[in-house]
Amino acid sequence: MGHGGGGALSAELVEQIFAPAFGGPALSALADSAALEVGGARLAFSTDSFVVRPLFFPGGSIGDLAVNGTVNDLAMSGARPAYLSCGFILEEGVELGLVARIAGALGAAARTAGVEVATGDTKVVEAGRGDGVYLNTAGIGLIPDGVDIRPQRAAPGDVVIVSGAVGEHGVAVLSRRAGLEFEVGIESDCAALHTLVADMLAITSELHVLRDPTRGGVAAALNEIAAAASVGVVLRERAVPVPEQVAAACSMLGLDPLYVANEGKLLAFVPRAEADAVLAAMRAHPLGAQAAVIGECVEDHPGMVVARTGLGGTRVVDQPLGEQLPRIC
Amino acid sequence: MKYIEEFQDPELAGKLLDDIHATVTRPWALMEVCGGQTHSIIRHGIDQLLPEELELIHGPGCPVCVTPLELIDKALEIASRPGVIFCSFGDMLRVPGTGRDLFQVRAEGGDVRVVYSPLDALALARENPDREVVFFGIGFETTAPPNAMAVHLAAREGLRNFSLLVSHVRVPPAIEAIMNAPHCRVRAFLAAGHVCSVMGTEEYPELAERHRVPIVVTGFEPLDILEGVRRAVRQLEAGRATVENAYQRAVVPQGNPAARAMLAEVFTTTDRGWRGIGVIPDSGWRLAPRFEEFDAEHRFSVEGITTREPAACRSGEVLQGLLKPHECEAFGTTCTPRTPLGATMVSSEGACAAYYLYRRLGGTTTAPLEASTVD
Repeated sequence: MGHGGGGALSAELVEQIFAPAFGGPALSALADSAALEVGGARLAFSTDSFVVRPLFFPGGSIGDLAVNGTVNDLAMSGARPAYLSCGFILEEGVELGLVARIAGALGAAARTAGVEVATGDTKVVEAGRGDGVYLNTAGIGLIPDGVDIRPQRAAPGDVVIVSGAVGEHGVAVLSRRAGLEFEVGIESDCAALHTLVADMLAITSELHVLRDPTRGGVAAALNEIAAAASVGVVLRERAVPVPEQVAAACSMLGLDPLYVANEGKLLAFVPRAEADAVLAAMRAHPLGAQAAVIGECVEDHPGMVVARTGLGGTRVVDQPLGEQLPRIC
Repeated sequence: MKYIEEFQDPELAGKLLDDIHATVTRPWALMEVCGGQTHSIIRHGIDQLLPEELELIHGPGCPVCVTPLELIDKALEIASRPGVIFCSFGDMLRVPGTGRDLFQVRAEGGDVRVVYSPLDALALARENPDREVVFFGIGFETTAPPNAMAVHLAAREGLRNFSLLVSHVRVPPAIEAIMNAPHCRVRAFLAAGHVCSVMGTEEYPELAERHRVPIVVTGFEPLDILEGVRRAVRQLEAGRATVENAYQRAVVPQGNPAARAMLAEVFTTTDRGWRGIGVIPDSGWRLAPRFEEFDAEHRFSVEGITTREPAACRSGEVLQGLLKPHECEAFGTTCTPRTPLGATMVSSEGACAAYYLYRRLGGTTTAPLEASTVD
């Protein structure tokens, strides 16, 4: 299970098994989406699978995730998402009404995002060999001229910006998971971020890195960027926006909000000179209203993320191994 | 909902730190009993901010870490059996037994489920009358009452397919064992606040007096810990050794009478083996004779298990405060969260895990950063 958690084990699986097997320069960048040259156009191409439980949660559903997850993977290379594919893997016996609700949510999310579901597929697996419904989406989008956004471009002196409060999606899903139902009044932040990215690109084409901190949260995303670019990242812990209720839920469960999944937030590495303007543009967008500078990129400790704690101490924010496990007491 | 922010306030923390710096005149070693406190200390960098004379020693208060290997192996054996639904808190799943862990049992087809309460396991037993549902009941005085309640309810409902694999341990005998150990350097204890919220503080004055050791009941947020340290240091510097409650918002002297009554009804104290430490007299709980049918060890025949601790693992010394995690030769090399030799490297409250996660190499760690220029 740990190999699917978005942490070090997931990265190992990709680096040690998938990348060598598939090869190819487009894959080697290991970004959220591949940048491809096709007939003179620069395309972003991405795929993602969704195995979330429960299928519906406060603020969204697996259908919303399937659209927004892939749209965001495209947007993180600066692309304008255009088309999606959608694969349904259904477990024998699943209620068709449930499938219809998910399809409806997926279609609505696609319309909201302004992308078209252009092709799809359905498979059914035997009862007991699935988890109700799994989804896979792939998407393509167009990367504007002059835009080059990828993890390797993070550079010392870059400012790290987060587009809003972290931890809401993970806590919202946990709050509805069997055995752990609790009321936090937190909804998933699930949203498509490409219009926010477009507003940022309207200010400057010098966005070095964009990353949506999904599985593994802010910690995993920053570690991946630090490793890809061989730079250090210094995080100011108190600057990271964490809603009180997320903090309380995490405290109760022994989780660290920096490692909790988000589905509607992005991290941006921006040259210091551009940071104020980019921040202003983000705050003018509904999905970036709470955008905040949370750290900076440094030459020291390459590949490592270090947090300055609220009390003035420091700690290493390591790559998570797999999924976080709630503690015993 | 403001309690977390309030108890992490840097300005108030600074005042407490100033007080501690002004009070300390010579070296003292303080032990935080609870693994949750260890993580808070390391996570917030509190140890970096204390006077050099103060040494924080990490205690044996991680229930996952001290669960005996033999019991882990029994859990693995029971969880592997067909027809069993084995339920556990999440942080037990990566703890290595002899050769494998519960995650591996699950990958091999065992029905191992993470639950968040023993009552969830009880619900599974009701929903699956044709299956045996076993809950791995580990923990200190904090988790013991709800586990006792689960057994109490199972008995009342006549549930025949629910049982508890019990490995409960008690804090006061552990403190006693630490103080009696040769080479003990501990001069004061930060007692675990949540344990005292159940048991109260009545067990401690006799211990404090007999061993001439201050015991300060302490919470888990940074300000709680600094206040606990401040009070312990004040006592030490003044030559006093009493019990103080620095966690009054959660702890009253008599504890939680309902929880204590449930414990007394369902459990009885017993000698208990602690992983890496050995048997400590009267340091555990087992099910009282009249609840024996709910004891998984009794219900499943799991005798004759041969256990084998990795020779290189020195977690026992870490748990007794005799060794800092990074002083172990295996730390960060052959022993990592990915390839743990002992439970202290995988438990969310384990001292080795805290050191590894926050990379406290050599005790000097990452030098405190200059104030960020970013705003």
